[in-house]
This record gives sequence, C-alpha cells and structure tokens, in this order.
Amino acid sequence: MARAVTTQHKTIATAAAWIVALLIFFPILYTIITSFKSEQEAIQGFALIPSGTMESYAEVQAQSGYFKFFLNSVILSVGSTVLALLVAVPAAWSMAFSPTKRTKDILMWMLSTKMMPAVAVLFPIYLIFRDTGLLDSRIGLTIMLMLINLPIVVWMLYTYFREIPGEILEAARMDGASLWNEIIHVLTPMAVPGIASTMLLNIILAWNEAFWTIRLTTTNAAPLTAFISSFSSPQGLFWAKLSAASTLAIAPILIMGWFSQKQLVRGLTFGAVK
Amino acid sequence: MATQQTRSLARFMMAPSVILLFVWMIVPLAFTLWFSFLQYNPLNPIRDGFVGFSNYRLFYDNPAFFAAILNTLTIVVAVLLITIIGGILLALLLDQPIWGQGIVRILVISPFFVMPPVAALVWKNMIMHPQYGVFADIARFFGAQPIDWFGQHPLTAVIIIVAWQWLPFATLILLTSLQSLDGEQKEAAEMDGAGFISRFIYLTLPHMSRAITVVILIQTIFLLSIYAEILVTTNGGPGYASTNLPFLVYQKALLEFKIGQASAGGVIAVILANIVAFFAMRAVGKNLDK
Repeated sequence: MARAVTTQHKTIATAAAWIVALLIFFPILYTIITSFKSEQEAIQGFALIPSGTMESYAEVQAQSGYFKFFLNSVILSVGSTVLALLVAVPAAWSMAFSPTKRTKDILMWMLSTKMMPAVAVLFPIYLIFRDTGLLDSRIGLTIMLMLINLPIVVWMLYTYFREIPGEILEAARMDGASLWNEIIHVLTPMAVPGIASTMLLNIILAWNEAFWTIRLTTTNAAPLTAFISSFSSPQGLFWAKLSAASTLAIAPILIMGWFSQKQLVRGLTFGAVK
Repeated sequence: MATQQTRSLARFMMAPSVILLFVWMIVPLAFTLWFSFLQYNPLNPIRDGFVGFSNYRLFYDNPAFFAAILNTLTIVVAVLLITIIGGILLALLLDQPIWGQGIVRILVISPFFVMPPVAALVWKNMIMHPQYGVFADIARFFGAQPIDWFGQHPLTAVIIIVAWQWLPFATLILLTSLQSLDGEQKEAAEMDGAGFISRFIYLTLPHMSRAITVVILIQTIFLLSIYAEILVTTNGGPGYASTNLPFLVYQKALLEFKIGQASAGGVIAVILANIVAFFAMRAVGKNLDK
C-alpha cells in the first residue's frame, strides 16, 4: 500500500519535473534543431524534425570564419584563467594558512570590486587601451578578463584551501620537510582538485563575458560573444545560420558546464552553500 | 607559530592580487570622476574644459535618466522575484524522488551556460519574433494575434530573457541547500503531523534563508549591469523604454561622444551599485556569520 503511493507520487513528480525541465531547455533545443534546417525550412513555422542538412554550419564557417572567433574565445578564457590562478594561488594560500585579523576584510573588499558597474569605467579603460595599443588585442583582453574574475578566483581558492587540514602541514614540518618540499609533496596534491574546479568555472565565466569582449574588440581579438552580437542587425532571414553559429558558440561550454555543476554551486556562493 | 618571516612571506604572496585589484579599482574610477567635471567631446574638442557639476545637471535633466534608473531597478526586482519564487518551486519539485534526475538537472541548469548574446538572439528571433517566433506560432494556433514583444513590451521581454538565464542558477543553489536539510528533522516534523505548508514555512524556508540571501547578492551584482541582452534585442528602445543605466552611459559615451555626461552617469551608476551592495553585503555578512 505504502509502496503503491510512493510509486504514484514518483510518477507524478517525474512527469512534472520533465515537463518543466524541457520547457526551460526548449530555447536551446529548438536552436539546435533549427541549426539542422535549411533557411527555407527555418521560417516555415514550428517543426521539431529538421531535414538534417549541414549547410548552415558550412556557410557560417565560410562567410564569417567562425573558427577564428572560436580560437579567440579559447585563448582569452583559458589565458585569463591561468593568469588569474598564477596571481591568486599565492594570495589564497597565505590567507588560508596564515590568516590575520584583516583577512576577512580583504576578502570582502576584493568581492566589492566586483560591484563596480563596468560602464562606469568604460571610457577610461577605452582610452588607456587605445593609448597603449591594447585595443582589439588578445593580450589586453586577457588582462581585462583576468582582473574581472580575480576576486572570484581568490575567493574560490580560499574556500578550497581552507579545508586542507593544517595538521598535515605540522606533521610534514615535524618530519623535517623544507618549505619547498612541503609545498610540492604535501600541499599541491591536496590543492589540485580545488584549483581544477576554480579553473573550470572561471573558463566558463570568461567565455561568456559579454561587455568588455564586445566593446574592446573589433576583428583581431574578437571572441564568440562579439561574433554572435554581430548577428543582431538582421540582413534578411538567417534563422538557420544564426542557430548554427549559436550552437557552435555554446556547445563546448555547455558540456563543460554539465560536468561542473557541483563546483558551480560552491564556487559562485563562495562556499556558503555546499 | 607565525614568525616574522612567515608573516612577511604571507604579505608578499598576497601583494600581487591586492595591488592589481586596487589599481584596477582606483585608476579608472579616478579618471571617470575627473571626466565627470569636464566638457569633453573627442570629436568636437573646441569647448572642452572644466564645467563643475553641469554634467550632473544635464544628466539629471535628461528625461532618459529617470527612465533608466527606474528600468534598472525594475529589471533587478522583477528578475529577483521571478527567479527566487520560481527557483524555490523548482527546487521543491526536483528534490522529490524522480526518474532521470541527473538528466533533468542538466536540462534545467543549461541556460546558465549560454552566453548572453546567444540567449538574447535566440529569444529575439526564434521565440519572440512577432512573425516567425514560436510564441507567434502558438498564438496563431489558438487564433490569437501574435504579440510584438520588442515593440510593445520591450522591458518585459528583456526581463523574461534575463529571468530565463538566471532561473537555473537560483534553482541549482536552492536545490543544493534543500538537499542538505536534515532528513530526520523532516521526518520528525511529519510524525508530529505537520502538513506540507507548515513544514515549508517553519522548517524548509528558514533552512534556505542563507542560500536565498546568497542568490540575491550574486544576482544583484550581475543584474545591475545587464548590457548585452539589451544591445542585441531592443537597443534600449523604443525611445528609452528598455534603456537601463549601463546602457544609457554606453550610449552617451560611445555613440554620442559626450564623455563628460557619460562619466557623470557612470559615477551615479557606481553610487547606485554601492547603495544596493551595502544592503546586500550586510544581509549576506549577517547570514554568513551564523
């Protein structure tokens, strides 16, 4: 009896959850479906079964050189994340292992720099970039994205490092390990999972950053965000091509995102929700 | 244990991050503050010079200014309401035993990973287009007149798109918090005959309060500076109907080249963000210390 009720409950909950989930996912699903339609098909009204043509993908690459933008996205997101890690790992490390009274204040202050609206500093940054020749350069944008994500990187690493038990350090020290040995053989292996999750989440954030990447680039350094935005002024009907370009732009990060769900919650809530 | 040596080492390790962020925060902001007191037009520099507070005056007298502030706050409040109420409901649903939970979770979280320009373009063209969009297809199916979303309800359209992007985030975090709720406590409440509603109000909701505060803080940071979604869909229009403060500043700076006025707007945006941040951080700080 109790079991029958449970199964019935589960069936209803499953049906409801799947309907809501598919509704939320629908815009993405429909974009993927439309990318396999011809332009003619794409505007003929609602249809879930595409003809399966790949012509939109071919055209997107041929007309706009999709691959160049893709490469820029990879370089910018990975580059800025690695750079941020290089700066943030020592900082988070010292905050986690030799905290002072001011550690918490410094962390809060770092977070508060994220509150500054980007537009407020758009023009000064634009001028600085122009005068230093960094406008539309990969280096300039990499530095920019690094600065934007640095507070989150420090925070995330801090919450991970804080969980490494201090006793292990003491034990290693007792055994006469030098500081260097301690770092290489004891701490690094324990810190790697946290660093990896931080890296994953920040690549996603940098990949999707859509203010500076659009405003500070024109052609050379333009990543996928800028590429997609160029579709916003319609020249004729281009639904299928737009869908193909969109699918290509979100696919890699969507897949990475699926694998990083758990870390995402931790990372974006600064360890407050686990 | 902390010797002088380790303490100075710690300071040395922290220095690059702190210095970089400090410079990144102070230098451009100082420029903006300085520019906000200048008449400064790169295309027409004849009348450039110090003008005191008149840029603030001009920005203040601009009818777009109040529209922009109102729109900014409307977007923040509306999206927060939709995502938190929707997120709680969804989290409660996904917390039930269901078949294929892993896949359902993946489907629900996906919009969060879609870059803003793609989200905006997909909604603009495939979903909300008055002629070829899915909404128009549905409306015609029921014999109704399709809605011209971006012409007639531009701000609502932007809010729907942004809410779609952030609902997964709220859901995921609230669900995680829900799943850490002690099962025994739940059972005890059930034994005592507490119904679903009272269990929700007296047990679940207080348990989630910390997660809810975090969602509010993080989303507010991002929602105050919505940009790409507006650029791609409505371009701020019609008129100023969907212009928020960041978008207005962008228009003044890079389209009209009125740097002084744009900078004044930027300073106001910073003040607004700080007022909101002050309350949000205080709430979060209180909740996190528990």
